[in-house]
Amino acid sequence: MITLDELLERDRRREEDGFKRKIRIGRIVKPGSGGKDKIIIVPTTVEEKFVHDDIGLDQDPGEGEPTGGTGEGEEGDIIGEQPVRPEESEDGEEGSGEGPGEGEGGEHELESNAYELGKVLSQDFQLPNLQDKGKKRTLARYVYDLTDKNKGVGQILDKKATLKQIVGTNITLGNIPDVNDIDPSKFIISPQDLIYRILSREKDYESQALVFFLRDYSGSMGGKVTQAVVSQHVMLYSWLLYQYDKQVETRFILHDTEAKEVSDFYKYYSYKVAGGTKVFTAFKMVNDIVERENLARDYNIYVFHGTDGDDWDKEGKQTIAEIEKMLNYVSRIGVSIVEHSYVGSKQTEVEKYLKSSGILNKYNNLIKLDVMAEDADDSRIIQGIKRLIS
Amino acid sequence: MELVSQHVKGIMEECKLRARDQGLKFDDETLEYIVTNRDMIELSPKVMIPTLYDYWVHDVRVLSGKGMYEAYPSNPYETVINTRPAISFYNDNNPDWLNVMIFYHVLGHIDFFQNNLFYKNTWDIDLTGQALSDKRMIAQLRSEKGRWVDYVIEFSRGIDNLVGYQRELNQYIMKDATRQKLSKIDFYFDIFLQKIKNVSHNEYLKEITRYNAIMNGNEDFFDQVIGKYPEFEVLYKKELAVKVKSDQDVMEYIIRFSPFLKEEENEWIKSVIQIVRNTSLYFQPQIRTKIMNEGWASYWHEYLFMRDDRISGHEADFAKVNAAVTSMPKVGLNPYALGLRLFQHIKDMEDKGCYSFDYMFLKDEVGKKKYNQHKNSGPEFILKTRENFVDFTFINTFIDQEFIDRHNLFVAGKRFNNSRMTWEFFIKSKNVEDYKKMVIDTLYHPPEIFVDKALSKKGILYLNHKFENKPLKMDFIENTMVGIEYLWGGPVHLETSEPMISGKTAADYANFWDPSSQKIERKSLENIKWKRMLYVMENRKLHKREL
Repeated sequence: MITLDELLERDRRREEDGFKRKIRIGRIVKPGSGGKDKIIIVPTTVEEKFVHDDIGLDQDPGEGEPTGGTGEGEEGDIIGEQPVRPEESEDGEEGSGEGPGEGEGGEHELESNAYELGKVLSQDFQLPNLQDKGKKRTLARYVYDLTDKNKGVGQILDKKATLKQIVGTNITLGNIPDVNDIDPSKFIISPQDLIYRILSREKDYESQALVFFLRDYSGSMGGKVTQAVVSQHVMLYSWLLYQYDKQVETRFILHDTEAKEVSDFYKYYSYKVAGGTKVFTAFKMVNDIVERENLARDYNIYVFHGTDGDDWDKEGKQTIAEIEKMLNYVSRIGVSIVEHSYVGSKQTEVEKYLKSSGILNKYNNLIKLDVMAEDADDSRIIQGIKRLIS
Repeated sequence: MELVSQHVKGIMEECKLRARDQGLKFDDETLEYIVTNRDMIELSPKVMIPTLYDYWVHDVRVLSGKGMYEAYPSNPYETVINTRPAISFYNDNNPDWLNVMIFYHVLGHIDFFQNNLFYKNTWDIDLTGQALSDKRMIAQLRSEKGRWVDYVIEFSRGIDNLVGYQRELNQYIMKDATRQKLSKIDFYFDIFLQKIKNVSHNEYLKEITRYNAIMNGNEDFFDQVIGKYPEFEVLYKKELAVKVKSDQDVMEYIIRFSPFLKEEENEWIKSVIQIVRNTSLYFQPQIRTKIMNEGWASYWHEYLFMRDDRISGHEADFAKVNAAVTSMPKVGLNPYALGLRLFQHIKDMEDKGCYSFDYMFLKDEVGKKKYNQHKNSGPEFILKTRENFVDFTFINTFIDQEFIDRHNLFVAGKRFNNSRMTWEFFIKSKNVEDYKKMVIDTLYHPPEIFVDKALSKKGILYLNHKFENKPLKMDFIENTMVGIEYLWGGPVHLETSEPMISGKTAADYANFWDPSSQKIERKSLENIKWKRMLYVMENRKLHKREL
């Protein structure tokens, strides 16, 4: 069986032979409970042929493809609805069971896959290695958490685990004749059955990079634009993960006319919304977070922003002000503008005011801009990454 | 991958006997293999043919299939391939009663493969053997030509949906059907009188009478015609000459006439194109009979298993498995379920004698409901149906208002509710015509693109896309044409239609409140103006212009 590396090697040779690359890095997102999603990275490719385009020319705007259905009802009846945004469940609300500090699943899986992708990107797509990983001291951090379990003694009694243990013990002892009719008052309880959670030193990794991903999710961002931005951000994340040897923390911020932080990449990637656009809100939120949490001292901070270049604030005064503030502490700001094909070669608002403000030249080692078309393919996106991190 | 045990094979053989009693027909020999899910993932990109040629796109699919499996593990019950003998693949872990049901399902598929006339082009071929020799040949070529073999496979696959399946099939069904040139008589009556001369009805009928009279005599019918219209002969010759549509499909045409492939060192490319073309032709009937094939297999596993004593004790288990496979979804289409119900419906209608003028002319609903001629010819009728239809004709012929009403079917619409930020599903139509159109729109229908011989001059390959109210997918045009240009060895032109969309401004788009839909606001269908476009591919650069 051929490996991913061999496939990519083959794909690179296509370019030398004068054909376009065909392999894209695809992502399968498996939503898990409580935002612990699993992202599996796989190669994908499309075999182009002459085929009919299934665009529904006769459909009203805002209407999806019709399909079949069965059941009672008259024409016009509404038979169900599905929210456009996935339900947001706040952390900790997902009920009993494992609390924070869960070492497996979720985030972790994304990381191990993304690390692989980062390796592929660095090696196969020849993304540059980071020149200077920042002069800030590496910081050993210890997190104390009530995750470890201990029999007999500890800080907090884990009631559910304890009960399970007691039932187990009693079954072994033959003390539960009928599992459908359990009488807890007859339980025999050994001190060893009590399970406690104890404070434990959880992580002691050296954290180096903190990446803020900012994405415009306003009404104009539909379709390919969002795909391009998200693709680029996944790859950026993967590349940084590899560069910093997995010691990267990420924060995700979405904005339309207001900014909001979301807890994981899946939400960052899948949220859709409608509304206007105020770019500065996202930058302001980053500044606020950095100040509030005093992050500038300990981290190399990267901020990447993806937008279609639309902004209600045509002059960009507020945005420029926030960016200038940010330039005091960041290692790099990377702004990617993905242009809609209908915009043509006209400059978008964000592009215009960034250029006219002069900050791109003045701080050219701190802030980079990349403008691409909405139908950019992976190789173009990767080129964009090179520009943003060069 | 190993053959099933003797015990399981015994179950299969018994199933065959009972299936044959009901009129199903299939070869005695079948092969049943036990495979793992991993094998299935590796086989599916190769359309389940273990001996299909190696190609990197298959590897990509296997890798992503493995990823998919990791996220969403699934356990397919069976897969059957249309080979001689028919081969089917199973999971290891089925109990005997479930195997009985699955085997009936598989026998339904095999019966379908071996009796439906649209499969006739596959009946005399040993596919696994053929594929194996193709695979060896491609491996051999790859060792000589390296990655260029893969480019040729890629470019050939880029046009493998433009194969002349219907014409090929026609040759199998009617062996002696040699193509007739347009005869003088046909030209005279069909084109000359009606389109060129625009004669009155009266005069047209007079000519027909005269023709019929002369048929019995010795006089030459055309003597008088030429007397009256001296230009007739010239126009007839001209008509014969302008027949622009090539008989060959695009792949054949390239194999035959490509200047690039005529060069000796490129001869090998022809064999690769031929392999890809043959493989595509082989699978054409399967893509065009999904609903029928699955419906037929489901019909028989239900019918036969319910009458099989081996079901006893497992009735509830069967009900559960069967419902999971054949229930109609509240929203969505399930080809198994739709095909199964349609076959059942056809049988009932025929049993009652409803496919008759008497029934069709009945106006009152009550009379229609009570109508029953007790013909009971349904079983033979559905056997005929499975022989002579494809999905399109099956759906178009047999889905009627009775079927829609009986199963409470409707076309489900989906629209964006702005105030609630939700997608709303609603009953869009319960009309049979709308439902049919919706199903038919989901069927496989490649564009009709042919070589225009008249315009293919000076080394240009001129492709013409017959307009069927749908544009081609624009993103795919460029790479497909790069491939054709390579195989053709010269410029390639493609004529097609595109909708004219009035210029939209950015502001317009930003206010468009539905982010989830990528569709741009458009006028209703009647108002769309179409224009004919010409794409020109030359030196791997694509240009387009309006015609």
